[in-house]
Amino acid sequence: MENLLEVNNIHTYIGQYHILQGVSFTARKGEVTVLLGRNGAGKTTTLRSIMGLNPPRTGTITFKGENIQGMETFQIANRGIGYVPENQGLFSGLTVEENLKVAMKKQDDRTQKKLETVLRLFPDLKKYWKKESGHLSGGQKQMLSIARSYLNDNELLLIDEPSKGLAPIIVEKVMNFIDEMKEETTIVLVEQNFFMASSIGNRFSIIDDGKTVASGSMKDLIGDEFMKRKYLGIA
Amino acid sequence: MEQILNLIINGFATGMLIFLLAAGLTLIFGLMDVLNFSHGAFFAWGAYVGVWFFSLSGSFLASLIAAMIAGLLLGALTERFIIKPVYGNHTQQILITLGLMLVLSEMLKVFWGPNQLQAKTPDLLTGSWLLGDVIIIKYRVFIIFTGLLVFTIVQLILKKTRIGLIVRAGVMNQEMVQSLGINIKRIFLYVFMVGSAMAALGGALLGPYSGVIYAEMGMEFAILAFIVVVIGGLGSFSGSMLASIIVGLTGSFMAFFVPELSLAANMLIMLVVLMLKPEGLFQR
Ligand SMILES: Nc1ncnc2c1ncn2[C@@H]1O[C@H](COP(=O)(O)OP(=O)(O)O)[C@@H](O)[C@H]1O
Ligand SMILES: [Mg+2]
Repeated sequence: MENLLEVNNIHTYIGQYHILQGVSFTARKGEVTVLLGRNGAGKTTTLRSIMGLNPPRTGTITFKGENIQGMETFQIANRGIGYVPENQGLFSGLTVEENLKVAMKKQDDRTQKKLETVLRLFPDLKKYWKKESGHLSGGQKQMLSIARSYLNDNELLLIDEPSKGLAPIIVEKVMNFIDEMKEETTIVLVEQNFFMASSIGNRFSIIDDGKTVASGSMKDLIGDEFMKRKYLGIA
Repeated sequence: MEQILNLIINGFATGMLIFLLAAGLTLIFGLMDVLNFSHGAFFAWGAYVGVWFFSLSGSFLASLIAAMIAGLLLGALTERFIIKPVYGNHTQQILITLGLMLVLSEMLKVFWGPNQLQAKTPDLLTGSWLLGDVIIIKYRVFIIFTGLLVFTIVQLILKKTRIGLIVRAGVMNQEMVQSLGINIKRIFLYVFMVGSAMAALGGALLGPYSGVIYAEMGMEFAILAFIVVVIGGLGSFSGSMLASIIVGLTGSFMAFFVPELSLAANMLIMLVVLMLKPEGLFQR
């Protein structure tokens, strides 16, 4: 299968801190690749590195065969990468409608169709169309953030811990949507909830202390008690 | 009673001039996270270009437009060559923009001489109306009208256009705007230019109001504008209007009753706001 994204031995610094010290993984077209690892391992920084928000100092990142390392964030996004950050990154003073409108660069039929899909899946967004996004519930915020990344013609979505802080029933809704999106989009998902991660992911990559320590097929990881205990703290 | 009414009109007029300076400052602050200490120099440049072009062309309206064009150009050059290299570094921003302010002020003296210049009021706006017992100075009303007009236009752009939406979003979360594929640096340039043009317009309007202009005039207004940015809330455009009116009125009343404490009173308001509502009075 074709590699859509290749992250090759990246090293990222934040200030003088050497945060990523060799992260490598690939995301294959049409699959969900889950990034796993303890809190503070460097998963968020990895996604931010890909987006150019914390550009790596060395290493390469290629997307569709093109080297995107060193490009500006907006250029990377325009190559077809959508980002759902850890804290949702909503424009909290803007309404639901306005949050989506910022992302809608085109007003063509395709975008309109996508908007309809989103509103069908998340009727809440339609219901609170004119409400300030800062006043939404946690689950609604997460849905809005995911919906926003979906409206552009993205081939790859980077989603950072979408289940964080949400009630189980809401998590299920969010995961259903991600499940639906994966039909048309390749996804890199950071997810601490191993049950979610293993049910939705095709492949995994574990980051520990800023380094990639293992990658492979999710099926193999499910049966690997040693790996799960050592890096994920799952007994 | 007439006195009170005049102080109010005076306060509003001064408030509008402060607003023209503070509006750009707050947007530049809020959106670009840039501390721009040279903003007052654009104000002074607007005043000089205004006076110069008025004497040259005889048209006051043309002089205001010339001042705004000067502001746009100065803003564009400043953003590209001075501000762009120091995005994200506050210390460098303070140093380099303070330096720029001095250079721009000195350049005014090079071009127009070290002495203050007289600024004439256009005939149409000279004199006053008599409303019963109350004398209302035309030019002050003109300033208020112009300030409100600019406020309305920019507010409409912010609320009704895509670029306005992006500016508002950028004030809240700059990284996310970029992550949605928008080149925010280009938006920075526009905002900086418009902010500088508003400052220059403020300066050009101040000339006939105070009668004389001088290179350091920008500094005095810049202090008030910084106070407004704090009171109104960083990045809040409508907040900067309301705060400007408060600061203008406070200045006007204090200048009449206790002139020594005019600036101190506004500083005090700022201090109280910082203590009680540090995000600004009009910020959600
Ligand atoms: N802005 C920052 N300044 C300093 N250290 C940071 C910053 N952001 C993250 N880190 C550190 O980088 C490491 C990786 O963080 P992060 O990528 O957020 O981990 P994860 O998402 O896997 O929990 C952590 O040790 C964190 O403390
Ligand atoms: Mg994280």
